[in-house]
Amino acid sequence: MLTIERALVDQIVAHARADHPDEACGVIAGPVGSDRPTRYVPMANAERSPTFYRFDSLEQLKVWREMDDRDEEPVVIYHSHTATEAYPSRTDVSYAAEPNAHYVLVSTRDAEEDEFRSYRIVDGVITEEEVVVVDSYGDAAASA
Amino acid sequence: MAIEVRIPTILRTLTDGAKAVEGKGGTLDELFADLDVRHPGLRDRLVDAKGLRKFVNVYLNDEDVRFLGGLETEVADGDNVTILPAVAGG
Repeated sequence: MLTIERALVDQIVAHARADHPDEACGVIAGPVGSDRPTRYVPMANAERSPTFYRFDSLEQLKVWREMDDRDEEPVVIYHSHTATEAYPSRTDVSYAAEPNAHYVLVSTRDAEEDEFRSYRIVDGVITEEEVVVVDSYGDAAASA
Repeated sequence: MAIEVRIPTILRTLTDGAKAVEGKGGTLDELFADLDVRHPGLRDRLVDAKGLRKFVNVYLNDEDVRFLGGLETEVADGDNVTILPAVAGG
């Protein structure tokens, strides 16, 4: 299950809409081991493509080092599909290298309706998971 | 002195959990061969028949080695090498 604040979901969807028809990508960092996404980090799609994305390698090094310094990890790794459903492609699976990350897919194929789904991808196996959107993590703790 | 190599989470099973290991060599290719002696299987995760695997990014002192000389990039004692999984897809 992915629990995520509404403001972060809105930022991811806004990024995906802004870059449409190219794919958008980025991470939500969070404290190591917390499973809680807190810091929105949009990344450049070095491919600038409607069918492919790749983090710019130098930007990725900078962001990964920043996370290291702050004791964070990529809790969410997101990207958009612009003409197909929000489900991991074969290429997505072959690159998935963070067993602890929630892989979030957003589809912008429909101009009106947002598709926002989350997956675990471990050893080539895709498992969709529930997404729980909360106003703030304080609420989540209170209602638990 | 040696060359420090930072290892990403997904490859730490090959380094007994170590975040960084040390090795030697005159080129990146030689360095990976040297690391593979103590961490068998590591080289195979980084290199295939065509060269550097597309699934990994390798940096020498913060430069992407794809923009340097790939596996033939020269390295020396005191250099820092960082390995990260490439984040990409379709």
